[in-house]
Amino acid sequence: MANFFLDNKDLQYHLEHPLMRKIVELKERNFSEKDLYDYAPQNYEDAMDSYRRVMQIVGEVCGDVIAPNAEGVDHEGPRVENDRVIYASGTVENMKAVNAAGLSGLTLPRRFKGLNFPLLCFVMANEMVARADASFENIWGLQDCAETLNEFASEEQKMKYLTWVSEGATCAMDLTEPDAGSDLGAVMLKATWSEERQTWLLNGVKRFITNGDGDVSLVLARTEEGTTDARGLSMLVYDKRNGGMKVRRIENKLGIKGSPTCELVFTDAPAELVGDRRMGLIKYVMSLMNAARLGIGAQSVGLCEAAYREALKYAHERRQFGKDIIQFPAISEMLSNMRARLHGARALLYETSRFVEVYKQYTHISHERSLEAAERQEMKYYNRLADAFTPLVKLFASEYANSLAYDSIQIHGGSGFMKDYACERLYRDARIMNIYEGTSQLQVVAAINGVTKGTFMEQIARYEEQQYTEAMQPIVEKLKALRARVEAMVEHVETVSKEAPQFKDFHARRLVESVGHIIITYLLAQQAAEVEEYASDAKLFAKLTEGYIAGAEAYILNSTAEDVALISEVQEQF
Amino acid sequence: MNKALKIVVLAKQVPDTRNVGKDAMTAEGTVNRAALPAIFNPEDLNALELALRLKEECADSTVHILTMGPHRAADIIRDAMFRGADGGYLLTDRKFAGADTLATSYALSCALRKIGADLIIAGRQAIDGDTAQVGPQVAEKLGLPQVTYAEEVLQVKESLLVLRRRLERGVESVECPMPAVITVNSSAPEVRPHNARLVMKYKHAMIPTEMAAAADSLSAQMVAQRDYLQIVELTSSDIVCDEQQLGLSGSPTKVKKIENVVFQAKEAKQLTSSDEDINSLMVELIASHTLG
Repeated sequence: MANFFLDNKDLQYHLEHPLMRKIVELKERNFSEKDLYDYAPQNYEDAMDSYRRVMQIVGEVCGDVIAPNAEGVDHEGPRVENDRVIYASGTVENMKAVNAAGLSGLTLPRRFKGLNFPLLCFVMANEMVARADASFENIWGLQDCAETLNEFASEEQKMKYLTWVSEGATCAMDLTEPDAGSDLGAVMLKATWSEERQTWLLNGVKRFITNGDGDVSLVLARTEEGTTDARGLSMLVYDKRNGGMKVRRIENKLGIKGSPTCELVFTDAPAELVGDRRMGLIKYVMSLMNAARLGIGAQSVGLCEAAYREALKYAHERRQFGKDIIQFPAISEMLSNMRARLHGARALLYETSRFVEVYKQYTHISHERSLEAAERQEMKYYNRLADAFTPLVKLFASEYANSLAYDSIQIHGGSGFMKDYACERLYRDARIMNIYEGTSQLQVVAAINGVTKGTFMEQIARYEEQQYTEAMQPIVEKLKALRARVEAMVEHVETVSKEAPQFKDFHARRLVESVGHIIITYLLAQQAAEVEEYASDAKLFAKLTEGYIAGAEAYILNSTAEDVALISEVQEQF
Repeated sequence: MNKALKIVVLAKQVPDTRNVGKDAMTAEGTVNRAALPAIFNPEDLNALELALRLKEECADSTVHILTMGPHRAADIIRDAMFRGADGGYLLTDRKFAGADTLATSYALSCALRKIGADLIIAGRQAIDGDTAQVGPQVAEKLGLPQVTYAEEVLQVKESLLVLRRRLERGVESVECPMPAVITVNSSAPEVRPHNARLVMKYKHAMIPTEMAAAADSLSAQMVAQRDYLQIVELTSSDIVCDEQQLGLSGSPTKVKKIENVVFQAKEAKQLTSSDEDINSLMVELIASHTLG
């Protein structure tokens, strides 16, 4: 009888944002479908009402079906039989429930039987599913692959695959191989055109493929004979019903055990080319990865929510020295910090979702008609923000998922180390989140340009100019001073980097995280202007930010070009 | 190919007596309806699920809800539509007030004569009265065969149904000609969740009284444009009936006294060591918050 939407005021808050009006108008193209489909909204309020209702359905399925199944799924896990994946029985039940609730094709256009919901709702649904069972989010969240098809595939392909996804087909993105992980340019799986069969044929091996036995797979393959880098790679769509692919094994993992991570063998498997040849990695997979990173952001925030709730519940139940342990400041301090990080990560997640949403909608509209100058301007503006914020949210949320899961066990004390409490599963499940879809280290690489080229600083300047309540003024003043200090850090790094190029990489994470802290504090301070309960989150997070930046500053400003030698020593050792 | 069925599900909006707080009873010892949320009677949801499964099996079938109650009972008709029902009828009139099971089944059977159905499916009993009388009484009044305690339709052949009944000492398969009345046990499959597309399609559905009360609303405009959003409202004048047999005057049941009885001994239950029994025990203990 739990509802993961109705029991979460913070989530409900993020559904109601002033920018939603713009997002709904773009997404609904001025409600042009209101009389074409019986489930299309009539106006803005009607659309928002539908979003709330459907989020409530997601919340119910998560609370009543997926969460109660999570432990069983973790223990049972999927298995391979006759080269095919068999899901854990709880996963099968979950799948039935989400399909009965009609939650597939959430963001896809109605002409492909989708719900045409904003990305923000999809992110929110993913977050709730992940709170219930992170491993099921992996499977269900992969329907996002259809968005990449929606952007780049032919009309005929869209009609076939998007409609199928809306009806409940599951997806996979087949990118990595034994020798191509972070370095996808090294992909070797071959796609060759068969004149005889008039189709592309896939041959080779893919490894670490989440839900590898899904119905629809996007496969990164080498179509250009004799090439060895990214420029020889194309993206193809593979329909499992056509055969030619076998699941060789499922990995035995530390966490997200309900999600089948597969090794796949393709033998003359027929597939269709998506978009243009040679653009596979350079264009399509980059788009796919950005969406996937936002997805992991959502999964991570969902896990933060679960870890925080487990800890809070236990702290209220566990009695020591004659009182509930929540009464001890050592415990309540941890929990308050957990809550501030949870709400901070979520604020960043939905801010990013809105940026991505507006940018993506303009992209879609630009395929229908040419954009006006102002629209083009706006699209560019949101594109820059989306590109900068996506790695930031992936970095922060996934690291917080780990730290919150860690703290959750700590609050459980000895019991938390036992298999009896959910926090141990959360701890294992969180561990992959700052690794897959680009490690935290790679997110820093993706975000550092936003720090040095001004995107983040410009956005921070915009946050500075917004209205805040009086209670938040001291925080805003503090943040202004902190921004100046971070700018000095950036300048120092840039100057030293001129003589020692590795110096920037050496300090990149500290710079990115300093900026991230400032942004999150601003977002929480803005929320506090609307809902007073966020004031303590904002105040606490401001202290975390100040503390973090003081440490980073001491490290960076006391650092010289010679320090690079400190990290080169291990490069030669061993 | 099975023939299309016109299915009517009898449902009731009831106070949620499963999660009673301390203000659940009035000082006089009656149920304090204001303090308890109004919900879809649980076994009527099992009945709805059975109906929806039959609808899927027999192409072009329809499922409609028939409920008697105040205007706000239109909520459970909408709830059913969000799960796959095609529409519903709200039997509502002050003259129906104070009805016991006899007057209720009389009013329902009169409405059913007007609506017409190949199959009438109801929950075994409602959680506020626990009588399990209304379904069987409706069958008697309409002169239809009845199958009680049903939990699954095993087969549909022409105008014959094969059903499994859950009885105290085991299960029984029975064959029954249609039209018929079926009452469904809580051991039947759980109802499906609300469906996103159906929620968006039917959320504006209303009865005429609700439309009149919110004439300027978007919902009222939508109902005016789209027939499938109209929930039918039936009063005593819309059905052929003898008014003396309605409501309080048609109810021979007289409540002398209501007592709050607390069970001392628990009902006995026999379980085997089979996985199925252990599983169902676990589910029960978790549901009752004894565990977890």
